[in-house]
Amino acid sequence: MVSEIILKMEGISKSFPGVKALDNVDFALRKGDIHAIVGENGAGKSTLIKVITGVYEEDAGRIALNGRPIHFKSPKEAQDMGIGTVYQEIALCPNLTVAENMFIGRGQYTFVQWKLMNEKAAQMLDSLGIPASPTQELSSCSLAVQQMISIARAVDMDCKILVLDEPTSSLDEDEVKKLFDLMRELKSRGVGIIFITHFIDQVYEISDKITVLRNGALIGEYQASALPQIELISKMMGKALSDVSKIKKHEPLKSDSSVPVYEATTLSSAAGVRPFDFIIQKGEVNGFVGLIGSGRSESARAIFAADKVTGGEVKMKGKKVKIKSPLNAMKQGIGYLPEDRKGDGIIAELSVRDNIILALQVMKGFFRPLSRKQSEEFSNQYIQKLSIKTPSINTPIASLSGGNQQKVILARWLLTHPMYLILDEPTRGIDVGTKVEIQKLVLELAEEGMSLTFISSEIDEMLRTCSRMIVMKDREIVGELSGMDVTEHDVMHMIARGGE
Amino acid sequence: MQRSEIHLGLKAHLYHLSNLFLPLSVLVLLIVINLIKGADYFSFTMVKGVFYGNIPNILYGASELVILSIGMTLVTAASRGQDIGIGEAATITSAVFVWFALNAGEVTLLTIVAAFLLSCVVGLVIGVFNGTLVSIFRVQPMVATLILFIGGRSIAFMIDGKLSPILANDISNQIGTVIPGVPIQTPIILTVVFIAIVAVVLKTTNLRLYIESVGINPDAARLNGINPKKIIFLTFLIMGICTAVAGFIAVNKAGRHDSVNLLKFIMMDAILAVAIGGNKLSGGKFSITGSIIGAYTIEMLNRTLLRLEIETETIKAFKAVFIIILMVVGSPVVRVFAGKVINRVRTGRFRSVLKRSAPKSTKEE
Repeated sequence: MVSEIILKMEGISKSFPGVKALDNVDFALRKGDIHAIVGENGAGKSTLIKVITGVYEEDAGRIALNGRPIHFKSPKEAQDMGIGTVYQEIALCPNLTVAENMFIGRGQYTFVQWKLMNEKAAQMLDSLGIPASPTQELSSCSLAVQQMISIARAVDMDCKILVLDEPTSSLDEDEVKKLFDLMRELKSRGVGIIFITHFIDQVYEISDKITVLRNGALIGEYQASALPQIELISKMMGKALSDVSKIKKHEPLKSDSSVPVYEATTLSSAAGVRPFDFIIQKGEVNGFVGLIGSGRSESARAIFAADKVTGGEVKMKGKKVKIKSPLNAMKQGIGYLPEDRKGDGIIAELSVRDNIILALQVMKGFFRPLSRKQSEEFSNQYIQKLSIKTPSINTPIASLSGGNQQKVILARWLLTHPMYLILDEPTRGIDVGTKVEIQKLVLELAEEGMSLTFISSEIDEMLRTCSRMIVMKDREIVGELSGMDVTEHDVMHMIARGGE
Repeated sequence: MQRSEIHLGLKAHLYHLSNLFLPLSVLVLLIVINLIKGADYFSFTMVKGVFYGNIPNILYGASELVILSIGMTLVTAASRGQDIGIGEAATITSAVFVWFALNAGEVTLLTIVAAFLLSCVVGLVIGVFNGTLVSIFRVQPMVATLILFIGGRSIAFMIDGKLSPILANDISNQIGTVIPGVPIQTPIILTVVFIAIVAVVLKTTNLRLYIESVGINPDAARLNGINPKKIIFLTFLIMGICTAVAGFIAVNKAGRHDSVNLLKFIMMDAILAVAIGGNKLSGGKFSITGSIIGAYTIEMLNRTLLRLEIETETIKAFKAVFIIILMVVGSPVVRVFAGKVINRVRTGRFRSVLKRSAPKSTKEE
């Protein structure tokens, strides 16, 4: 049965200075459908969403809501027309109650009728199956519940269309399940849901239809049940099928066990990780694996002296060295891509060029700035090498997509030609295509003789890239797994047993 | 390919220019007002071989403000806050300068230079004091520098020993006014030299990259080997030198050291110059060119109001009104709006909007 189309977009184009973000894209949402929009970073997903929700005005094209042509000038207009949006970051007030959050700023009444408000909230929470009480403070709810409450808030504004932009990126598996139940409930009420995510499995779990975008152009709209996963990935990346399956290839372990590139004994830091021993050989890719809070990032930070080092001994190529600050570590040939890209990685308002040369420039020293020509050459070289999509080298890095920002930070460290590079969650929050590119790059660099530590919360990425995994639990190393045939199960098992 | 590169380069250049749009347009506006008032605005007179006139007067009058604005720009960019004790700091450094010059017996060029260097050292000590509070103890810049704002003039008064020592000697007079045979007033030359030194420092070091990185994201800067504390500390040291130079010029101009009124409330104008220059007061990217233009603009504004024969008591109110207009015009809201209008005109949408609002003409077509 084909239900009626509630939102129809035809020939939508949108340009920003230097980039064509959307090029003649069509999109149609049907009543009661969950429609996933997928694509790499920079494919135009968020631009399309922002056109739908009235944040951006389209340059060309037609939008029709329930058959009537419309043209949004502001997000408020879109909201009034029944388009609710929930963004990745929860935009609620944590110190207010659940009910207050649901009704805040709705302004029908001058005076708040507390009792009525709480009753209404309770009714709604109940009908949507959200496990929260209206008078509870929002911050006492789990992230998933908070996410659901922002959905409830959007839905209550009598919405016909619900846009969910990466709603699951900070949720665990159980929470995702609850969220999906809510989405199914809304679907059954006839709400059309637009769902954006980087998790391919989730797309298949819940979506009816999939629209694929690439480089601002529409690749196609597909029935989720009729599109095999491998084909979807190849459509997103624009690469042939054989190419995608090749990624899974695991490079064999290199073990020319002469002097290790880096060796630490009883290293500890102020961030509270237990003193640990760690070793990495030339051309080796290893990784810290464990749950969030297991100390995997803290260990990496201790190696780079990102947190205050409180003890231990470090040898680089057999020679005893002192690494007390990030600058010491850099001068010893260590690079570190931090977990928190926005907070610790990018210098948002500076240009792509300045962001690329930053680490090299600091290593050269305060009184030896690179010439303009040199810095342009270096930047262009790495923009090409890592195929970073940017309008120019002078564009502020903040205006690039997440994946391209991450590539810029990678370029920054590659430019310093480190012996040992630590990558903490280099693939978080970026699209599948770039994820695969980064994994490939890691293996290539290792083959060229660089030692790398790769940390990711997606365990299959680590299985694919690391020849040795150091398993962590409760801020302590509990064991080590190496070899070609390590499976996810082995890792889980070791974490569960705690290294017994 | 090459063509598009040139295009992008040009765009970046225009982008840079657009940051200077506000200070430059204000400057042009003030010039127009002055020309309306009298067409002889740009005229010079030669008195005893030295240029005088409206423009030289502005350049002369703004010397201290320009130098302090440069320091204020750097402090603002790195520490995300402002130094509000600069007038007081300059009063202390110049008090030390006068004290040394007057106690050295005969005043020679050597004693003046020595006195100036000593005042620079005092400026650095003040910089160390403020810098330590801000970078190590993490006191907010305005609070840290409030200390000197409150106590600075008393300290200067104590150094003076009496109310206002007089600098009656030829060398001071020449520094404050003109050196015989040189057609330009000395403070103007000193300011230009100072700006040139700053330009050379910015060109030959990574000061800009470090300060901007620290101002935008200190955590990321630290993980790239920059020590944010050191950089913030450094900007306060530079500010110390700026105050010493400004104090040196101011006291030689005045010919005596008045610790009550010397450079009083100049921090307000310096902060304003930084803002007019298109700099964010919350730190990060900075434009020293903008701040310098901003400083000259403020001086020009002051003199324009005088030229318009506005009564001295009401002059501050007029200045305030002007600044309100300035800030609204330069605000992001107006900028975005202007950008949209320009974009529409360029893409031709504007014309279609006009057509729609004038249905009669379309019918005729």
